[in-house]
Amino acid sequence: MASGVKPRVKVPKKAAVGEAITIKTLISHKMESGQRKDKSGNIIPRSIINRFTCDFNGENVIDVTLEPAISTNPYLEFQATVPSEGEFKFTWYDDDGSVYDAAKKIAIG
Amino acid sequence: MNFKALTAIASALTLSASFVAAGGADDDTLVVNDEISIVTKAAAPAHMADAVDEVISGWHFRTDETQSLQADDFDNPGMLFVEQGLDVWNTADGSEGKSCADCHGDPEESMVGVRTVYPKWNEAAGEVRTLQMQMNDCRENRMGAEAWKYDKADAINVEAMIASVSRGLPMNVAIDGPAAATWEQGKELYYTRTGQLELSCANCHEQNFGNYIRADHLSQGQINGFPTYRLKNAKLNGVHSRFKGCVRDTRAETYKPGSAEFVALELYVASRGNGLSVEGPSVRN
Repeated sequence: MASGVKPRVKVPKKAAVGEAITIKTLISHKMESGQRKDKSGNIIPRSIINRFTCDFNGENVIDVTLEPAISTNPYLEFQATVPSEGEFKFTWYDDDGSVYDAAKKIAIG
Repeated sequence: MNFKALTAIASALTLSASFVAAGGADDDTLVVNDEISIVTKAAAPAHMADAVDEVISGWHFRTDETQSLQADDFDNPGMLFVEQGLDVWNTADGSEGKSCADCHGDPEESMVGVRTVYPKWNEAAGEVRTLQMQMNDCRENRMGAEAWKYDKADAINVEAMIASVSRGLPMNVAIDGPAAATWEQGKELYYTRTGQLELSCANCHEQNFGNYIRADHLSQGQINGFPTYRLKNAKLNGVHSRFKGCVRDTRAETYKPGSAEFVALELYVASRGNGLSVEGPSVRN
């Protein structure tokens, strides 16, 4: 597992039904592209977050494929409409098989 | 369209482009997390009254996109390193098995205002010390731990964390009393031309702030925003490392981060920003 990986999300605490809210996510990760070489000329193996998904009450909101050109600590911001109260679940998939997740509840009001 | 019309358009374009490029400091205001108002322009401290009228944070010389990153801790990539600094703060190290927190407790209480007064005269040691020197003194003499390398990972992360709890408070380093000699040395360095290009700090940051040096928008070289997260290298940068970069760019042999010369220069440059709010970790390009 890559070291120092920590997911963060920012979701409003409440929203009106049908309102489009802005969700910000960031995961600290070095996003090693696999193109760089170390001091002795060996290629540093690729180690990136390759997929990010967000689900709301089990329904998929966004599913993103990340590529090696994306820089360190990938930040993703997107909008979602809220049909009812519930929970957003966020999942990041690492090249090494690790899965990191986070969840945020949202209320109607 | 005839030739004259084209020329007219071309000159109109050049004119508007030069207005944009002339730049200078903008008039935006900075509020962090909708709660901390940052003073980014202030009346110049008395000691530099004949140099400039107003001291301006480097924040004003950056684009709106870069500026906005600093307005919210979630968007500010420097805050990632602040969190790492907080982890280090709470982790025991060295032969005494103590962490920073064991003596100093919660930095949000104990460290408020600390960043504003450093570099600071230390009576016991008989020298002016930067925050990092003071941290290393704690590590070596109280924790029995190894000193951190100057401006490197842990040192800069903890420095950023200590700066972050003072955001919004005005810089206020003392330049009189026992610190005066060091301050004078720093002033001397600030106005001394170095390198093949024969440039002093003042040539760019006092006489030409707001102008462009090739593609770079010159600021006043204020250090109230340090440690600074730079987009170009995606990490926190320390004051001394920045000094080193500047001196190197004059094509001179540089002093080392942590050297007596840079400590003196840091004290002097910090005093040029007395009155500006602490911003660290700031975001610059």
